[in-house]
Amino acid sequence: MSSLIKVNLTFSGGVELLFNNIKQKIIEIPSTINPPKPTTMKDLILWIKDNLLQERSELFVSGNTVRPGILVLINDTDWELEGELEYEIKDNDEIVFISTLHGG
Amino acid sequence: MVRLCVICNKERAIVKRPKTGQQVCRECFYYVFETEIHNTITDNKLFKKGDKVAIAASGGKDSTVLAYVMKLLNQRYQYDLDLFLLSIDEGITGYRDDSLETVKRNQQQYELPLKIVSYSELYGWSMDQIVKEVGLKNNCTFCGVFRRQALDRGAVILDVDHIVTGHNADDIAETVLMNILRGDIARLPRCTEICTTGDGSIRRSKPFKYTYEKEIVMYAYFKKLDYFSTECIYSPNAYRGHVRTFIKDLESIRPSAIIGNDIYNVLKKKTKNYLVYLFNVFCYYKDIIHSGEAFEIKEGVKLPVQGICKRCGYMSSNELCKACMLLEGLNRGLPKLGIGKNFK
Repeated sequence: MSSLIKVNLTFSGGVELLFNNIKQKIIEIPSTINPPKPTTMKDLILWIKDNLLQERSELFVSGNTVRPGILVLINDTDWELEGELEYEIKDNDEIVFISTLHGG
Repeated sequence: MVRLCVICNKERAIVKRPKTGQQVCRECFYYVFETEIHNTITDNKLFKKGDKVAIAASGGKDSTVLAYVMKLLNQRYQYDLDLFLLSIDEGITGYRDDSLETVKRNQQQYELPLKIVSYSELYGWSMDQIVKEVGLKNNCTFCGVFRRQALDRGAVILDVDHIVTGHNADDIAETVLMNILRGDIARLPRCTEICTTGDGSIRRSKPFKYTYEKEIVMYAYFKKLDYFSTECIYSPNAYRGHVRTFIKDLESIRPSAIIGNDIYNVLKKKTKNYLVYLFNVFCYYKDIIHSGEAFEIKEGVKLPVQGICKRCGYMSSNELCKACMLLEGLNRGLPKLGIGKNFK
């Protein structure tokens, strides 16, 4: 049974430029994008690429993950501590993407 | 599963450190981040009590965190420094005017005096005008050469002893690779130095030399520091961009690729197997910044001798410094003058 889950997305540090300058967005996605497995960060990144990304997708994704140099936080924790692509998205998760590649 | 901080063993870890792979909580992250910069400053004796220090501030993430941390450490450890913010207005509408607004907010937030010097007042040309003249091909050369001098001139106006810049470990690794790719032997050892003396006696240093960009951005995020992050409208800065992507790719395979492990940790790590020990030491030397530092030039190789520009008195290895050469080109309507190999 797939239901919808709410995810709060934030884009900053320059990645928002790839999303029409939108810094925050609440999205609703199926809890299992690829049934029967629950939706993971890997699914979410592809979903964002297909549904939200406005331009130059190579500046956001590389292969099946985010481009190196973009930091990801899941509920204010470095995603490297949360299993990265394998992390299973829960209702009301807050996911932040920050580019480190812009300006000094 | 909750991951605990490896330092305090109490709080939940929120950051994985690229330098060490340690998982640390928010408060311990602040503490190690700030303390490592303090150690860099004291180990290298960057300042003396009473020094007047200008923080080169662009409004971007690095210089914003630098201003915040310099102010904090100056109070916490009583460096007794007189701190200033120094900004360069290149004259780029829609970019620098916006980022200078960020610097002006920082001035209020950190209560530091701010001095802005502009290309227009120093050189008679803004970047907007230069781009109209030279197009979008070599404009970054003008901007880079002019900025370096402009910082020194601003420092003279402020009468400071020292300029600190927000160059971080990732930036320095990029510069090392770029100098290797361009075969710029003269700049290679200099670009890894933590402190250089430029024009006159003004010292210039990089307190973030051993600080990873990831940690700077995480620190700014958790501290909610106000910074500006738009790409310059004139610069895809293609060359550095490629090197940057390459280093980020390396980093995703080997997180410590930029600086390497702390040599003290490597040497301290007790291991019975001598080969493993040697391998660790070897790996340490293989990382980029230390490769740049370890680079030696054979005796007898002629390097450019540093003199002074006969027109403006700025340091130069030619009769005219690069900025004067570029300006002459602009003023005579020959903007290609001073660009490319003919000049060398």
